[in-house]
Amino acid sequence: MDILIQQIINGLTTGSVYALVALGYTMVYGVIQLINFAHGEVVMVGAMVAISVIGALAGSGLPPAAILLAGVACAMPACMCLGYLLERVAYRPLRHAPRLAPLITAIGMSIILQHLALLVWSRNPLAFPQILENPVFSIGGAAISGVQMGIILLSCAMMVGLTWFVYRTRFGVAIRATAENVHIAALMGVDANRVIALTFVIAAAMAAVAGVMVGTYYGIAHYTMGFMLGLKAFSAAVLGGIGNLAGAMLGGILLGLVEALATGYIGEVTDLCRWPIVSGWLAERCAADGHVVLMGSNYQEVFAFLVLIAVLVFRPSGLLGERVAERA
Amino acid sequence: MRFPVKTTCLAVASALLAFGCGKEAPPPKAEQPPAPLVVKIGHVGPLTGGIAHLGKDNENGARLAIDQANAAGVKLGDRQVKFELMAEDDQADPKIGNTVAQKLVDAKVAGVVGHLNSGTTIPASAVYSQSGIPMISGSATNPALTEQKLKGIFRVVGRDDQQGPAIANFLVAQVKPKTAAIIDDATPYGEGIANEVEKTLKAAGVKVLPREKGTDKTTDWKAVLTKIKGKNPDAVFYGGMDAAGGPLLKQARELKIAVPFAYGDGGCTDKMAELAGAAAEGMLCSQAGIPVQAAGKAFLDGYKSAFKIDPILYAPFTYDAANLMIAAMKQANSAEPAKYLPALEKISHNGASGRIEFDEKGDRKDAEMTIFTMKNGKITPLAIIMGGKSMTLDQYAAAAAPAAKAEKK
Amino acid sequence: MKAQRHPLLFWAGVVLVAAALFALPLVLAMAGTAWVRIANLAILFVFLSLGLNIVVGFAGLLDLGYIAFYAVGAYTWALLASPHFGLHLPFWAILPIGALLACVAGVVLGAPTLRLRGDYLAIVTLGFGEIVRILMNNLSSPFNITNGPKGITLIDPVRIGGIDFRAADTWLGLAFSGPVKYYYLLLLLLVAVIVINLRLQRSRIGRAWVAIREDEVAAKACGINTRNVKLLAFAMGASFGGVAGGMFASIQGFISPESFVLHESIMVLAMVVLGGMGNIWGVIAGAMLLSFVPELLRYTVEPAQRYLFGRLLVDPEVLRMLVFGAALVLTMRLRPAGLWPEARHKREFAGQAG
Repeated sequence: MDILIQQIINGLTTGSVYALVALGYTMVYGVIQLINFAHGEVVMVGAMVAISVIGALAGSGLPPAAILLAGVACAMPACMCLGYLLERVAYRPLRHAPRLAPLITAIGMSIILQHLALLVWSRNPLAFPQILENPVFSIGGAAISGVQMGIILLSCAMMVGLTWFVYRTRFGVAIRATAENVHIAALMGVDANRVIALTFVIAAAMAAVAGVMVGTYYGIAHYTMGFMLGLKAFSAAVLGGIGNLAGAMLGGILLGLVEALATGYIGEVTDLCRWPIVSGWLAERCAADGHVVLMGSNYQEVFAFLVLIAVLVFRPSGLLGERVAERA
Repeated sequence: MRFPVKTTCLAVASALLAFGCGKEAPPPKAEQPPAPLVVKIGHVGPLTGGIAHLGKDNENGARLAIDQANAAGVKLGDRQVKFELMAEDDQADPKIGNTVAQKLVDAKVAGVVGHLNSGTTIPASAVYSQSGIPMISGSATNPALTEQKLKGIFRVVGRDDQQGPAIANFLVAQVKPKTAAIIDDATPYGEGIANEVEKTLKAAGVKVLPREKGTDKTTDWKAVLTKIKGKNPDAVFYGGMDAAGGPLLKQARELKIAVPFAYGDGGCTDKMAELAGAAAEGMLCSQAGIPVQAAGKAFLDGYKSAFKIDPILYAPFTYDAANLMIAAMKQANSAEPAKYLPALEKISHNGASGRIEFDEKGDRKDAEMTIFTMKNGKITPLAIIMGGKSMTLDQYAAAAAPAAKAEKK
Repeated sequence: MKAQRHPLLFWAGVVLVAAALFALPLVLAMAGTAWVRIANLAILFVFLSLGLNIVVGFAGLLDLGYIAFYAVGAYTWALLASPHFGLHLPFWAILPIGALLACVAGVVLGAPTLRLRGDYLAIVTLGFGEIVRILMNNLSSPFNITNGPKGITLIDPVRIGGIDFRAADTWLGLAFSGPVKYYYLLLLLLVAVIVINLRLQRSRIGRAWVAIREDEVAAKACGINTRNVKLLAFAMGASFGGVAGGMFASIQGFISPESFVLHESIMVLAMVVLGGMGNIWGVIAGAMLLSFVPELLRYTVEPAQRYLFGRLLVDPEVLRMLVFGAALVLTMRLRPAGLWPEARHKREFAGQAG
């Protein structure tokens, strides 16, 4: 039982990070119906900037929490500038181009950002300075660290904040109006360019926070770290229904949980020695090793993708995606 | 018609300039020494991508050897030799590895140090061997490389099936586990060494849990570790690199898994302490060859002063590989592959990673293995294993000293 | 099209191009055999881009996992012609089997995803590509099928009538290295692939694909069986990938799952989009460009820096990737529809739909 609780805690932690990054994909998709393929690199830059700042301040005698905050405070504006730059360079000039053109510019920007990061922060995996005390608490026999709790709570707070921003402020109204229909929003006096740029900037700010979280949690940052994280978060956004804020959060948490539980239990389920049909045939190997596992934790990602595919087959616009009239 | 005028002016001006310069140049001296013979040595490793830092480390090792040889001055057949390193990037991709290999063959390199990954080295070795160019890898540990029995293909690093048993036997002797968990990163290297460890552990009667896997980029190991925790193993072995192995150890301690962790050479770096923090204290790991601290003083100092950083992992081996080639060329008095290859096959050389001789497959004879532990954030040698015997560093030094003295005479 | 207007000029052009392509490896070999190898890989990428072009360019289905079919083809060849299982089937048997298996894989991917559009389809295909790679990487235990991350070594080369395509030979006093022989074989296949693609594009099926791309609902209303036609696009595209994969395995002699990562799918997609989706010649140009430019940069970046600044300022490999990324961004900004966009068959399409 404690193992199950532990796996759920693990899943929730990674899930909240996925959710935070997925929100970035989904917001951008909401307003321009395009995937920001370079979003993962923004997360990476956030982590890298924070590493530099925290590393520089680590010896200054400031309280650790203040140093971490300073790291976030520097990473956020840096990433916001980057988000703005991405929109201006890779998306705005191509807003009326064929749909795949911005995808290629984004891939180009992603390659450029990665290699610039390589030049600035070296090609080594960097150790994220561990300045925070990381007490480990126990819940029903499962361990949860302070950092894990911080990640889950902060993610929740940010998601609540974002929801408030989108549904309760003037800017939020403008974003939703643009997402609904750019032309009519423009007629209503919404400056579409500003709104789209703003969306990129907000998404980047959240990516910066996610970057610092990932760095603090895993204790490592590398210039290629953004790619896989971006991919997972993108899957999460699609799983929940891309363009839908609640969907991105749900998708992120769900993906995190699926990965953790698949890793934890697939091996047990597919241990052929436990299947009476084949265990006779494999008796020799079962006796020697005690197990013949067909699929272990190495298939964790396969199961994450299979769940994604299964969901999309039955709900082609994701879990919470609206069944929009099909866009041609 | 403006453009042609401009070009004409330029042409005339440059001609004049050239003429003027020609006049000023001193007359050539009669007894000027002949231009040095340029000998190119190739190096290949990933310089971009996930393990680019290790690729650069390998390249630095080879570069140091070549710079030192140039500084010392080498003569082959009465001609001064200038060694040049052609450093190439294979992005750890076998396809690009083969293209780069062909590029080096075209450039008529005298020999190749590399590649880094077994995955790129194995296919590229066929390209080199067909062209008769010797290749020495300093880091490809997969047995399959030399099992192909290609001519002129060597390695100075121990094979997975030498290193795996060494660390596994040490684990059995010291920790005496009843149950052990093995994790790998699903790369040829990680899986290879993990398989060898598993074989040895099973032979010693240790129960081995079903293999867990991540990737070489995995940073979240909590789910895998939680599963392992549920099975209560007495020891954990990880086959893979430090970049994923560090977070693994850190997260294991966060989950209150207190059993010993052991690593192969990929996780046998000081970086582990940086990545895992205090959690890394007391971890065990193995390296092929003798510890750099023990033998490679000239190498270590040279590396630090040349590159302003510490060597990471395989640099001593690529350093030795380049030095072996140069030594063989000196013996054969030629930089031509066909002429110095026989010398290379029979070479005996004291390198930064110990004494190196090749067996008939091209593997290192009697490759020593060293077991390290993490002490105060530095990996510290615990024992040296040679020919199945385990000894401490001091014992090894005592045993090696007479041999080294004898050689000097 | 132009052939009807100036048949003589057209055929003269064809002969000229053929002569140039025939002489190319001999010229490239002078610059180094590495260039012939690069040319061979470029041709393989042309196969891949043309296959993907059927799915993305003709039928308008965004596929981010295309490399999976390449992997299926390559592994088919490797398993049927290597000491791994001790099988050594001949070239003419394996290549069709590989194409067929890839084709089946295409249908397997296509069938459940018929209802998905745009970005949803993109992520599912991406997931499919990753699943195939992970399977190849992990099917070594508990039963060893693919040999896992170690990959499969000593794969047979193509052998036709006693000619071994990997070994060097001397014919008519001319030396033919392995890569040069493969070049001619690939060239032959390339001509076949291009002809098939041209015929497909102008066939009923080709027009049905374009109709689905332009407006699926309208296409359905016109009586096109969109399900079958879409599946056919996946199957056809996949089988080209399978052929390319088989050739890749035989040229390299070694394959491992590392060669079939997501990055490769993205590169092939970039070739198709950069060249001009839907236009066969544009796609070929895109594939050639993106295969050769990084290699050209490999040879030029370092000397250029030494010439300009007298020393190395930036690692050549890093600069190479930076230039490559910038090239992608600039090309798309200057020519958003690709370098050589498809001249839309709007009138023809309107005529059929109306």
